[in-house]
Amino acid sequence: MQKIYDSATSALDGLLFDGMTIAAGGFGLCGIPERLIDAIQASGVKDLTIASNNAGIDNEGLGKLLRTRQVKRMISSYVGENKEFERQFLAGELEVEFTPQGTLAERMRAGGAGIPGFYTKTGVGTQVAEGKETKVFDGEEYVLERGIRADLSIVKGWKADEAGNLVFRKTARNFNAPAATCGKICVAEVEEIVPVGALDPDCIHLPSIYVKRMILGSPYDKKIEFRTVRQREAA
Amino acid sequence: MATEAITKGWTRDQMAARAAKELRDGYYVNLGIGIPTLVANNIPQGMTVTLQSENGMLGIGPFPYEDEVDPDLINAGKQTISELPSSSYFDSAASFAMIRGGHIDLTVLGAMEVSERGDIANWMIPGKMIKGMGGAMDLVAGVKKIIVVMEHVSKNGDSKFIPECTLPLTGKNVVDMIITDLAVFQRPDHDSPFKLIELAPGVTREEVREKTTAKYVE
Repeated sequence: MQKIYDSATSALDGLLFDGMTIAAGGFGLCGIPERLIDAIQASGVKDLTIASNNAGIDNEGLGKLLRTRQVKRMISSYVGENKEFERQFLAGELEVEFTPQGTLAERMRAGGAGIPGFYTKTGVGTQVAEGKETKVFDGEEYVLERGIRADLSIVKGWKADEAGNLVFRKTARNFNAPAATCGKICVAEVEEIVPVGALDPDCIHLPSIYVKRMILGSPYDKKIEFRTVRQREAA
Repeated sequence: MATEAITKGWTRDQMAARAAKELRDGYYVNLGIGIPTLVANNIPQGMTVTLQSENGMLGIGPFPYEDEVDPDLINAGKQTISELPSSSYFDSAASFAMIRGGHIDLTVLGAMEVSERGDIANWMIPGKMIKGMGGAMDLVAGVKKIIVVMEHVSKNGDSKFIPECTLPLTGKNVVDMIITDLAVFQRPDHDSPFKLIELAPGVTREEVREKTTAKYVE
């Protein structure tokens, strides 16, 4: 079973169709599967529903698919810093299901774990709970949220071994792990692929069972949204 | 000296310093964006407080030196940060399990409105601002103690601590303490009204009364 493909386009071959649902990893521009997003853009597939914490920024990350009008609906918690998104949303061209960040992460985790719904306190008494079933446990009200099952997951890892075991790096892990589990099939892009045995089995973040196809995406020119630094004190 | 308007009340930094007085040794804390972030600069010497970043990190370090900037290491405001020897990383589901599971001791958040019953609105202005709630709804639902830091009145001079929120809610009956540039309000539990417990320098009870439409105990 060969999981390594030579390009993002070949790794996505046969997986894309109009109207599909895609779960994507990344937080802001950190840990986004940019090669796969580019290939999805190039494929022209449309009417997509995308579950992702953010929608990228103007013309970066998922912002690229918004620009080409390939997205019908976003399931996201935060969409600031993206003017085209705001324009399409206010013009009624784009549907948005605002989902609290923790609820979104748990919806992906639950979907991937075969849990179709779960109760949470998050959003009780707000717009988020409107039209949803609620239930009282131990005197407190909870709202029913659905697990997400996507047609495809796209994620970005740091290192993979040839079997598809993945390691993420620092805060680039974010939604990549839960997103990877909730797709019928998961395609990963990574910065480095190492031989089986080169990664410590005790230090795998995403076991190979979730990763069906992968590509080496390097070299990456990682973008920073807000570069904040401190000055060294003079010696 | 025409400094009355300037010396009266608390500055943003002083509001953050007041919020920092609520920190306790060993606390795990999540700080929102804006004034709440400044609380990190006011952690008392010798006190161990671990800051959580909801994008998947415990133990936020200071901003990095120019040559240490790492695009894979950011806080929830997407600013570059650094790690500490005690830091750990995890995915978003684990991060919010900490938050929603009641493991975080304290969160400090900004707000557009807080109601006298402890409702908070800080994620959208219909037709105007559509950034989204991010992790705020999870934080107010799951963290043990919720402190709001905000200006007492809006740019138009309207009270922000009001009888009933007019904007879409982030959480219902969740706020424990409100720190404004004029005063501090607190309540011991979610069935009690807020009580005015502290005035900023130069601020009178009458002024707070004038600028507040919410009911509170004096």
